[in-house]
Amino acid sequence: MRKTAATLVAGLMLGVAACGDTGGGSGDAVDYPTRTLQIMAPAGAGGGWDITARTIQKALKDGNLVTGSVEVSNVTGAAGTVGLAQLATKHKGDAHQLMITGLVMVGGVVTNKSAVDLTQTTPIATLTAEDEVIVVPASSPYQTLKDLVEAFKANPAGIKWGGGSAGGTDQILVGMLAKAAGIDPKQMNYIAYSGGGETKAGLLSGDLTAAVSGVGEFKDLVAGGQVRALAVSGAQGIDAGNGTPATTIKQAGYDVELQNWRGIVAPPGIKDGERAAIIALIDRLHESDAWKQAVTQQGWTDFYRSGDEAKAFYDSESARIRDVLVAAGVVA
Amino acid sequence: MSELLSGFATVLSPWNLLFAAIGVTVGTFVGVLPGIGPALTIALLLPITFSLDDPVGALIMFAGIYYGAMYGGSTTSILLNTPGESASVATSIEGYQMARRGRAHAALATAAIGSFVAGTISTVLLTLIARPVASLATSFRASDYFALAVLAMVCVTALVGSSVIRGLLSLSLGLFLGLIGIDSLTGQSRFTFGTLELLDGVGIVVVIVGLFAIGETLHVAARGDVPATVEPVRPTGGVLGWLSRDDWRRSWRPWLRGTAFGFPFGALPSGGAEIPTFLSYMYEKHRARGKGEFGKGAIEGVAGPEAANNAAFAGVLVPLLTLGIPTSATAAVLLAAFQIFNVQPGPQLFERSPDLVWALIASLYVGNVMLLVLNLPMIGLWVKVLQIPRPLLYAGILVFATLGVYAVSNSVVEVLIAYAIGVIGFFMRRYGFPLAPVILGVILGPLMEEQFRRALQIAGGDATVFVTRPLTVVLLSLAVVALVVPYLPGIVARSRGRRAGKLTFAEDD
Repeated sequence: MRKTAATLVAGLMLGVAACGDTGGGSGDAVDYPTRTLQIMAPAGAGGGWDITARTIQKALKDGNLVTGSVEVSNVTGAAGTVGLAQLATKHKGDAHQLMITGLVMVGGVVTNKSAVDLTQTTPIATLTAEDEVIVVPASSPYQTLKDLVEAFKANPAGIKWGGGSAGGTDQILVGMLAKAAGIDPKQMNYIAYSGGGETKAGLLSGDLTAAVSGVGEFKDLVAGGQVRALAVSGAQGIDAGNGTPATTIKQAGYDVELQNWRGIVAPPGIKDGERAAIIALIDRLHESDAWKQAVTQQGWTDFYRSGDEAKAFYDSESARIRDVLVAAGVVA
Repeated sequence: MSELLSGFATVLSPWNLLFAAIGVTVGTFVGVLPGIGPALTIALLLPITFSLDDPVGALIMFAGIYYGAMYGGSTTSILLNTPGESASVATSIEGYQMARRGRAHAALATAAIGSFVAGTISTVLLTLIARPVASLATSFRASDYFALAVLAMVCVTALVGSSVIRGLLSLSLGLFLGLIGIDSLTGQSRFTFGTLELLDGVGIVVVIVGLFAIGETLHVAARGDVPATVEPVRPTGGVLGWLSRDDWRRSWRPWLRGTAFGFPFGALPSGGAEIPTFLSYMYEKHRARGKGEFGKGAIEGVAGPEAANNAAFAGVLVPLLTLGIPTSATAAVLLAAFQIFNVQPGPQLFERSPDLVWALIASLYVGNVMLLVLNLPMIGLWVKVLQIPRPLLYAGILVFATLGVYAVSNSVVEVLIAYAIGVIGFFMRRYGFPLAPVILGVILGPLMEEQFRRALQIAGGDATVFVTRPLTVVLLSLAVVALVVPYLPGIVARSRGRRAGKLTFAEDD
């Protein structure tokens, strides 16, 4: 019974793999998963990576995409680099151990001088993304991003930028913006807070000139009129809280695009056939109603790339983020 | 008011009452178990609630867990000197001494009733003045936080005990532990010796479990001469007899004062529940000066801190509900829970989801009553824990402590760190070093350092920021006053060659 089901799933996956994967997996498709599928969330329970992992777990089961069980484990620490190191060493070659990752880990690898980086994993896919938003207090003299950046140019240290941890997504965005505006990122005065909540408090108390965080973090304050959203960081203007799409940084005239994306990777050293099978499974997950529904419910933006496309994205993102952090002086 | 009543109507449905009951019960147990705190529990329960259509029940349950953990946290502190949460450390100082003198019933009762009183009063405050408190709390800038941390540090320095050197060494250990990990402002790692596991620092849970649960176990095992069990003083009469008339008289003011410390600190975006417990403890001790009972089981030292940590919880909800700012680890997980149900806490919450907010607030009133009803009868049961033979009891504590640390981190390294701290804790007990300053160092040290540097960074390196902002100046002046005044008599006495009043908290053998 179990075996027939597994064969059936493998057969289905073979079909999907054939059309879904664009030439990456040259090996023969294999039975997958043949035992319990482990998904590691390299951060604490309740965070974005954890919720992503648990949503995948639920969607795989609800959509009957796997017959065996799916387990989620949390490995906390250091922007996910503790989990990354485990994946690359302890789980090397184990195709049944997947890990959630994202932009934060790419930055963490650089700032924590991690011995292992994401290019050493087997990238499977990117899944979702969230725009960043740049906000100022309602009483701020800066009405547009251009106003703010002009003031930033005139006196780089005078603008007090606030956001999440040093070397994280928020600082990366400010660094990119500085670079695009022709300001030496080393001159920016970026004040790191331990999270979106503290950043909010810092902006409201008057300590900060401008704050950067995920769009969701400031939506309610924007809607309530306490803060003003100057720009969002994605490719298209999205609603930052006041009901109309906010301008993108690009539209404001600065060539910057950055999204806080999340994805999934497998350990290094797995067979080509296994890689193809995992990609096929995640492709099917992405197509499933259970996943689509969860993405809507969580307010995530779909950011799907899989297989070779994902690999190329992981590589280019790793290089790009390292450059920004070096330019900003966060790492030598 | 009608909104609150409709909130009650929602909560008093059988289904939501059930959620509240589950929440407070689970919370009480995780509070009792060392290492496993409300944040972890709620985080683990989050995925289960994905499938619920109605967020109200789940959020009521989560609030109950948070509250329950604050109630339960006092139990092991009092009975076994092994606080499971950082907010219960202050309770353990006098509470354990009370238990050793057979007054465990009274200690647990004042903790439970004090928690109820503080919880109810602060919920009323939350109901009535959430908005103004929140806007006041968010006016605190980095320099103000630094000044506040200095003030708190100065106020609790007396925790160092009779031997200043020992106390300062303990404090230094705490400050050092607080330094380990990634520096939050620059992203550079400190004292990590190249290990990834240390990059996020040594968690407060690990320190508390190591220092108290593991350290105490080793200490008890090494002494061997501890009486097998403590025979509790037989309380007279029923549940209400656990507190004598004198206990009531001595408890009610600390309850109110503890509430006054706890609520505002909880509402501050960088406040938390620990600092007010220590402040309340020190204040009660200061007031009781001369009676000589502190250090030997003064009921005020239990009543105050326990009220403070419960009041802090309603305080924590103020910035969480009105601005979406979480001020503790558990609040951060609660925020995640709100977001999962597509409810964004913030200024719009009261208008957009009044049903939810008022049901949540009403559930706090209900939860408080439930916890009192649940906890008072349990006191008799908990006290029986003391009759378990010591080897079995402490073996059990070790198991739960180890599990707790492992559950939080999934990391054997963290367990090893906890045990290493446990060995340090053992030697500290052995040689009369006070433990509370270590916790102070871990909590206040990073807060002070971070806010000090942040204030300077914001001011562009201009140190006058600490003397130009009125609130900062007021707080720093208070710190100076607090530093000098209580020590004047002691300094004078010592300079005349006499010993100042006994201030020790080390176990008196």
